[in-house]
Amino acid sequence: MTGATNGEGVRRRDFINIAAVSFAGVGGLAALYPLISQMAPSADVLAESSTEIDISAIAPGQAIKAVWRKQPVFIRNLTPQEISAADKVDVASLRDPQTLEQRTTAGKTNWLITMGVCTHLGCVPLGAGEGEVKGEFGGYFCPCHGSVYDTAARIRKGPAPKNLEVPPHEFSSDTVVKIG
Amino acid sequence: MVRLFGPLVGLFFAVALLWSFGNGAYNAVTQPTPPTAEALFHMHPKEVKFSFDSAFGTFDKAQLQRGFKVYQEVCSNCHSLKQVAFRDLGQLGYKEAEVKAIAKNWGNKAQTFDPKTGDRGERANLPSDHFPPVYYAGQGVPPDLSLIAKARHGGAQYIHSLLTGYTDQVGYKNEAGEELLKKFPDAKTPDGLYFNPYFANLNLAMPAPLASDGQVTYSDGTQATVDQMAMDVSAFLTWTAEPKLDKRKQTGWPVLGFLLAATVLAYLAKRNVWADKH
Amino acid sequence: MSFPWANDYKPTNPLMQWVDQRLPLPRFVYNAVGAGYPVPRNLNYMWNFGILAGFALVLQIVTGVVLAMHYAANDKVAFDSVEHIMRDVNWGWMLRYAHANGASMFFIVVYTHIFRGFFYSSYKAPREMIWLLGVVIFLLMMATAFMGYVLPWGQMSFWGAKVITGLFSAIPLVGPPLQEWLLGGFAPDNAALNRFFSLHFLLPFVILGVIILHVWALHIPGSSNPTGVEVKQESDTVPFHPYYTAKDGFGLGIFLMLYCALVFFAPNLLGHPDNYIPANPLSTPAHIVPEWYFWPFYAILRAFTSDFMFIPAKLMGVLAMFSAILVWFFLPWLDTSPVRSGHYRPMFRKFFYLLVVDVLVLGYCGGAPAAEPFVMISQIASMYYFLHFLVILPIVSSIETPQPLPFSITEAVLGKDESATLSPATPAIA
Repeated sequence: MTGATNGEGVRRRDFINIAAVSFAGVGGLAALYPLISQMAPSADVLAESSTEIDISAIAPGQAIKAVWRKQPVFIRNLTPQEISAADKVDVASLRDPQTLEQRTTAGKTNWLITMGVCTHLGCVPLGAGEGEVKGEFGGYFCPCHGSVYDTAARIRKGPAPKNLEVPPHEFSSDTVVKIG
Repeated sequence: MVRLFGPLVGLFFAVALLWSFGNGAYNAVTQPTPPTAEALFHMHPKEVKFSFDSAFGTFDKAQLQRGFKVYQEVCSNCHSLKQVAFRDLGQLGYKEAEVKAIAKNWGNKAQTFDPKTGDRGERANLPSDHFPPVYYAGQGVPPDLSLIAKARHGGAQYIHSLLTGYTDQVGYKNEAGEELLKKFPDAKTPDGLYFNPYFANLNLAMPAPLASDGQVTYSDGTQATVDQMAMDVSAFLTWTAEPKLDKRKQTGWPVLGFLLAATVLAYLAKRNVWADKH
Repeated sequence: MSFPWANDYKPTNPLMQWVDQRLPLPRFVYNAVGAGYPVPRNLNYMWNFGILAGFALVLQIVTGVVLAMHYAANDKVAFDSVEHIMRDVNWGWMLRYAHANGASMFFIVVYTHIFRGFFYSSYKAPREMIWLLGVVIFLLMMATAFMGYVLPWGQMSFWGAKVITGLFSAIPLVGPPLQEWLLGGFAPDNAALNRFFSLHFLLPFVILGVIILHVWALHIPGSSNPTGVEVKQESDTVPFHPYYTAKDGFGLGIFLMLYCALVFFAPNLLGHPDNYIPANPLSTPAHIVPEWYFWPFYAILRAFTSDFMFIPAKLMGVLAMFSAILVWFFLPWLDTSPVRSGHYRPMFRKFFYLLVVDVLVLGYCGGAPAAEPFVMISQIASMYYFLHFLVILPIVSSIETPQPLPFSITEAVLGKDESATLSPATPAIA
């Protein structure tokens, strides 16, 4: 593209042309950054990251569905029978080995708080609502693809790879739990 | 065809315009529009300097915190701030716990509604909540202040001038030395309104909100004169209207620097390419 | 069509050869804006603005699609959703300011492009179709920009929608029902906002389609040039790439600097404060004006203050405003001078500069309050506007004596052209 015969001049010219094209490339890539990052959760969505729930009305054996980050959370008050059923299981035999104690707060092992999101493909399992099927292990049953969870919400049967996730939570008092 | 009808259409419009012009000129001579009180006595905002004025200027966080205090103690009785969330106050330098406390102790509570029972109630505000609505039953419609600095010509300077510009209408003279009530005896401020030459039609329903020095007690020891409070709240309202102002300018300089370098290179490359064609 | 000496696309890479035989898209691009498109060698910087306008359109589409991911076209939440973009969406403030100021930059570029066309008579044969398509693009741009300005649902949005659709109510008989049909109601409301959003999303892609036709039509005769003398020989042209890609790259740098200066340091300079007040159907702002790029036409609209014969002033204003743009469609047949470039037309040139001043005056009056002396000034300026295109241009083109043209583009650039002595002098314009 240049008619110069002087090698030094050609190299300098090529350098400038390459530099100019490189700058255009870098600028174009930099412009992509805001275009991509705008799709990430916005500040107001991130701000709604904790919720406080009153659990005083949940009798043993009952469960409620709460909402955290626009997703269901199961809060379940386990009966002593359910706790012992969970404790009897040989942890080593589980697909995702965890004890009930690891999944609950010390001294409050009857409060099982998990996401109501099946770890298979994200459906809401049954078993928290009144009269819903709890599955053959007395915990939760996901009707989409047949995953069955036990009374510690651990995966026992079906395609789900993991136990129902326990969200970060702490008890603000005996009757209020803060999730997130 | 076009050259036959074109000039005819052109002349048609020209004659119609001439007709309008003639009528307008005749009316302007026979019934000249008298100047209005607003046109002669409305004042442009005072020239005051803010830390964020220039292209390099940034917000002064201490000032924004003072301004927030003025908003909280004075303005928020009548004016809402609904585009702003409590969590945004973190940008003024408040710690997370402080933001939480401000939200929790805010006078107006968040509204709740139980769709099962139909009960309406209240709860304390959370940092993720926006400032709650403010209902005002008195005269006038206090505007939401979230965007006021961008919604008025003059922005922060206008707010400052308005807050400090209340004056006695009797004996008020403009810069040309004309006395308002002598020139326009009918322009007397109606009952329930207050005279302020910085307001577009000279009278507004809001009484002077910053009435005396020391109305707000600043925790950083700044003397709370009326002028200082007006400056601080004007700065705060500029922040509520344009919270990304600092980030915008901080982003702008590197972008412009990069573009300048790229443009110089593009110019040199263009000269290289064209070297053998001139 | 192309010139016989145009470079032929010869891919050396086997992959590109494979693609070329199956879908010759790279060949198409090569011939459209690559080394295969011979362009007059004497184009000045006024010829940058076509590419810049295309760039501005892409910019608007990209930022617009992204904003549409966050915007909510509902009259109850539209205003708040824009503020949500400004405050909470990552980089939302920048994207919105980029889109709002991008519209202004687009119009700055397109107005320059149009006035380049006026001065160099780019509309003359054989380029009439390029010009006609260009006017169509401009009309579509105006519609798109207007509907985009309604979307934030501020005071200016609302009253702009009301006033502009009110223009249609001036049409006798069908006017009022037409306005109701356009709005889907008696005043701008959710129905209007939703359809404006839908059309605002659609029209840029229609514009893109018409631009493709515009560029296609351009490639039939090839680009015009500042002398107005047609390309005769290979030495009159250079390949588009690298010569004009390099020149356009530099122009793009200048464009982006101006644009970013606006976006980052004066993002609200060209906007109106009242549009930061939520729409209120019960209170009209004291001084409503459209965006700056409509001001000249708005001044023409307002210049008609008296009924003329049996035509109401309102209808006259509307007719005149639309005619002010429609008259451009007839330009190729109003200006009959055989010489294209204003450089060689002394009388035309003076009137052209007068037109530039006239449009600037109209623009200023259009942005000013509807009071004297602005109304009377805009009446005089509107009069000149119509006389310029419809009366002065036809007369000037028949009485003017143009200055002598160079034999060829090569001669104009280098001062000599060997081929001129070889072949008998021919008229410069075929």
